[in-house]
Amino acid sequence: MPRVLDPYEAMSLAEAIAMCRDLVEDPDFPTVARWRDSGGKVVGHFQVYFPEEIVHAAGLLPFKVRGAPLEARQGESHFGSYLCSILKTSLEIALTNRLALDMFVSHPICDSARNLAAVWGRNFDYPCEILYLPQNANSAHAATYLRGEYARLSREVEAIAGHPITADELRASLGVFNENRRLLRELYEIKRETPWLLAVDEAYSLVAVGGMVPREEHNQLLRWALPRIRERSAIPQDRMRLVFAGGFCEQPPLDLLRTIAQFSYVVDDDLLIGLRWITEDIPVGGDPLADLAEAYLERSSYSPVQHDLRKPKEQMLLAQIKGANAGAAIITAAKMCEPGLDEVVAYTKALDDEGIPYFVSEFEERMTNFDSLQIQLETFIENLLFA
Amino acid sequence: MSPTTQMVQDAPDRDVPASELGASVVGRGNKDGNRLFREWYEELTSAPERNEHSAYVFVMGSLAEILRSFDIHTIFPEINGLQTAVRHVADDYIAQAEDYGFSADVCGYVKADIGMQLRAGDHPMGKIPPPSLAVYTNACNTYVKWAEIWERMYHVPIFTLDIPGTRAAGRLTWSGNVDFENDRRYVAGQIGELIELCEQVTGKRFDIDKLRETMRYTNTMSEKWKRLIELNQSVPAVYNAVTDGTVFLGMVNGFRGRPEGAAYFTDLVKEMEYKAANHIGTPFEEKYRLVFVGVPCYPIFRRFSEMFTEWGGSFAGSSYLWFASGGANLGFQYDLDRPLESLAEGLLVTVRDAMDSMFYSNQNLVDMIEPYGIDGVVYHPIKSCRTVSTGLADNRRAVMEATDVATLFMESDHMDKRVVSEAQLKNRIDAFFEGLATRKVRRSSASKNESEA
Ligand code: SF4
Ligand code: SF4
Repeated sequence: MPRVLDPYEAMSLAEAIAMCRDLVEDPDFPTVARWRDSGGKVVGHFQVYFPEEIVHAAGLLPFKVRGAPLEARQGESHFGSYLCSILKTSLEIALTNRLALDMFVSHPICDSARNLAAVWGRNFDYPCEILYLPQNANSAHAATYLRGEYARLSREVEAIAGHPITADELRASLGVFNENRRLLRELYEIKRETPWLLAVDEAYSLVAVGGMVPREEHNQLLRWALPRIRERSAIPQDRMRLVFAGGFCEQPPLDLLRTIAQFSYVVDDDLLIGLRWITEDIPVGGDPLADLAEAYLERSSYSPVQHDLRKPKEQMLLAQIKGANAGAAIITAAKMCEPGLDEVVAYTKALDDEGIPYFVSEFEERMTNFDSLQIQLETFIENLLFA
Repeated sequence: MSPTTQMVQDAPDRDVPASELGASVVGRGNKDGNRLFREWYEELTSAPERNEHSAYVFVMGSLAEILRSFDIHTIFPEINGLQTAVRHVADDYIAQAEDYGFSADVCGYVKADIGMQLRAGDHPMGKIPPPSLAVYTNACNTYVKWAEIWERMYHVPIFTLDIPGTRAAGRLTWSGNVDFENDRRYVAGQIGELIELCEQVTGKRFDIDKLRETMRYTNTMSEKWKRLIELNQSVPAVYNAVTDGTVFLGMVNGFRGRPEGAAYFTDLVKEMEYKAANHIGTPFEEKYRLVFVGVPCYPIFRRFSEMFTEWGGSFAGSSYLWFASGGANLGFQYDLDRPLESLAEGLLVTVRDAMDSMFYSNQNLVDMIEPYGIDGVVYHPIKSCRTVSTGLADNRRAVMEATDVATLFMESDHMDKRVVSEAQLKNRIDAFFEGLATRKVRRSSASKNESEA
């Protein structure tokens, strides 16, 4: 397996995080290019959740398509006006050959994204398809259906790989991803327990890089970084503990997160929740596709684009705030993101009912000016601290 | 006897061949449709007095067959929303929902409904009862988010009937295929769960014969709907697929699984066959034959239509008649000998088709051009509806690559007047027709030159 990250072992932690940040903000995705240069194939999967283990087991690189901070010059002309940015920039990176894929998969997470595979398919010759994750998570038939859908996806991936995926390969991949999720949980634990050691933008960079490198390499990076984060000597400050909601699909710019980090500790969030969707280890040893399907439904987080009667989203947010011992929330939605905007109403009403203060804002991945946001946020937090 | 049942029994010419019908049938579809529609709203308004249950459902996969078999009324919030727009009151409802917290960028249908719920069901067509339950498919994700709002408001059961769609362009699977069977089992399982839920809500036992009956009526309606769409290959078009089409859509959804619906569409097809046989078109002279893609502009519906008819533009087809009928355009016929299995298969195939008509319609549009004699394709993506609109710019590029048909692309909304600029729409439409006129002249001189050579 080729190594795609620059050697970071001799770097300081800050330098390694800066390297991750640069990679996350680089619309040319050099790690993917390196993988391809060594003969590897890539399956791009659009937000939010994707069973990456299946692609990994076939020896391909699963790449999380999550837009990019760039002008969607070509992408714009394939879409109408009233759409979120991530759709356009995701297509842009493919149309401009910044991202070369062997297969593209999207999911019916929202009205916009469910169109994406069709749009993509009209513009590229490689397979572009929709993975129908079950939207009736409460049906007793959902897990069996999903196992069948994963088997279908496996066949498609096998065709790209040119060889079958064995059950043992799948089990090995479950193990790699279990470890990855364990390490990410540890990272989030640091955010919750000792947020002064790791700012939200730093944590984000470390997490996001996982969507663009082989997962074994991400595991190595996290194993290297986590003890170094714990060894940091930063001193706790009198800052507001916040939960950030609204980063499940389109990603806020890193500078926005950095702005928030200047005034507060973000102790939990839903940023790139797809990478952390499964909340417990998946058992390794049984029918791997069935176990993967069961975990999607039964051992998973929540987001505005998954409907599950057992997880009323506003209750899940309240539990998250409580679990992280946060005093307030930042409730955001990407511009023109209908599911996100719908949820803002439910979240804010629930927070009102509970008397939890919140700050509401919309963002766009390509925004560059944070001055007014900074002032508003500062005022919000000052009001809370001196209330 | 309800007035609608009366109508089913009344039509004296139902068994008379179209060729023997008189000119008096012309216009009957719209007249009867409007009347039945009003009566339907009266029926809904008075349902609570009779202690009857109502389900909130949607046009793409209403599950009317199951619900009606339990005598549950089907209420279509999308149709309610549309009615507020054509009656020019949508702004008030939308404003109320926005005051409540909903963003300007949320689907206008949702907001019109929230406004109406906040007014305890007051609606220009009557008083809409609150739901006993909500049933919806995943054909539009906003359906799901919308239902979550009702769940929070009314604490009623909400049921997602998840119907997996086509995975990639043109890759349809059918009975016997391993993936199709996986989807079918899933849909069938959920139908069973929905039946249990209806039993709990109504306290009634499921009656398979009653289901069969509703499915029989839907069979007739689907068969006639397919025929109706084909009949507009006639020159001139026998109905305007956008304006008349909206009346027909109201009927095909509101009366799905009901005898009145079956009777209405039987009569309607007769009327249209008569018109086709006698070359009777719409009241406007037809110079250009068009196909409409998207959702109409309801806040200025009449004017919107006039902008086309004034130029002799006639809508012979519309993708709206495909997806907003829930895929009835396939004419799918349920097998009444095995109703539950067939319902699962039918739902899977038709709702999938409705989704295809939104996401993958470019080839269908290309395929229409010749048989329908299409001069132009009019794309009307709307701000509210990302489901339908997201892919339309790209769809247009594909259609233009495949054919040399003229296309028009204009954006507005189906509910929100703030996004509708009449002057801008008119400019675009006028320019489009000027282009069509130039093409026509060029074509006829080219064919003249050819015949002289
Ligand atoms: S940002 Fe929102 S609207 Fe856009 S693709 Fe993601 S979920 Fe859909
Ligand atoms: S988004 Fe479109 S399909 Fe969905 S409810 Fe709104 S108008 Fe209907």
